Amino acid sequence: MQRLRRTMMFVPGNNPAMMQDAFIYGPDSIMLDLEDSVTMTEKDAARLLVHNALKTIDYGNTEMVVRVNPLNTPYGKKDVEAVVKAGVHVIRMPKTETADEIRELEAEIEKVETELGCVGRTQIMAAIESTLGVINAYQIATASKRMMGIALGAEDYCANLKAQRTPEGMELLQARQTIVVAARAAGIDALDTVYSNLNDMETFRKEVELIKTLGFDGKSIINPRQIEIVNEVFAPTEKAIEKAKTIIAAIKEAEKRGSGVIAVNGKMVDRPVVIRAQRTIDLAIASGILTQEELS
Amino acid sequence: MEIKNASAGTLESGDILIQIGPSEQAGVQINLKSTVAYQFGEQIKKVISETLNDLGVTNVEVNATDKGALDCTIKARVTAAAVRATGKDVWA
Repeated sequence: MQRLRRTMMFVPGNNPAMMQDAFIYGPDSIMLDLEDSVTMTEKDAARLLVHNALKTIDYGNTEMVVRVNPLNTPYGKKDVEAVVKAGVHVIRMPKTETADEIRELEAEIEKVETELGCVGRTQIMAAIESTLGVINAYQIATASKRMMGIALGAEDYCANLKAQRTPEGMELLQARQTIVVAARAAGIDALDTVYSNLNDMETFRKEVELIKTLGFDGKSIINPRQIEIVNEVFAPTEKAIEKAKTIIAAIKEAEKRGSGVIAVNGKMVDRPVVIRAQRTIDLAIASGILTQEELS
Repeated sequence: MEIKNASAGTLESGDILIQIGPSEQAGVQINLKSTVAYQFGEQIKKVISETLNDLGVTNVEVNATDKGALDCTIKARVTAAAVRATGKDVWA
């Protein structure tokens, strides 16, 4: 089963209580933050906290991501060393504008991994937070074999665009579509920006519905209360699950017969349909609507 | 190794505040205040002293105020305080 990334929850890297409790709420990924949520005077302490938490706390199957400081700050390279040494799954690069920045990050990661004897272990994702970053989205998405996803950071992007954030999100439409298309062309995941008003869950739900329609894999979130809504929106309908089950059963049957082409209810089913059906099944299992046993 | 007065951590739940300073006495003197001292006091002191030992820091006095921190948090806060006190970082 492909890893689902419906929710990537931001957790400040200098808050031990939140770091130790975050996985209880069941986000698909946890993103420990060393960048914007940590003050300059606490960067050293947060780095140590994140390093030790990653090494010690059992986060189960949750994907562990760390947002490091940019490499052109005094903190970035030390952040990379600390989290690679702790075995982080993914490093999230903030404010990415060019493919060169990803290649520079990759070189830093590789330096540490070579020392540890585990070259290739750490994945990279890039947050795109400027107009230049959006223009270069595909180059960024394909800058390294380690790339697993690209994400939109809307606050900085809007400031750069000279636009205001609105509940409808028209100002973000082109950036969102460019990021999804670039991610899909590169064969990696696309994650949407955070929604920070926790008192307006209705608008949050509408935003999640929109980004699902646009093709995003999931959303960056800032509070556990947002997880349930994202999972509900991304959960497939009963009708979609039944259709997907029929397709998967038919393809299994065809494989047994040695045939690659199948027809379901008189319609030819080809590869893209099977891929979509598999994703529906994965989402249904992750949402708890379907069990692996029910499939077999 | 020259030791300055330094601290790391907070008094928030799940955290520990570590204050380090030079000591006239040899070794590591630990004064611990903890809401769970009766249960975990020895373990907390052990983590503090092992962490300082690994960093080669001796002849220090440590005032620790614990708010239910996990061992990994204690280790991180002690290391941060020691790095600030000695000026010697743990990263390349």
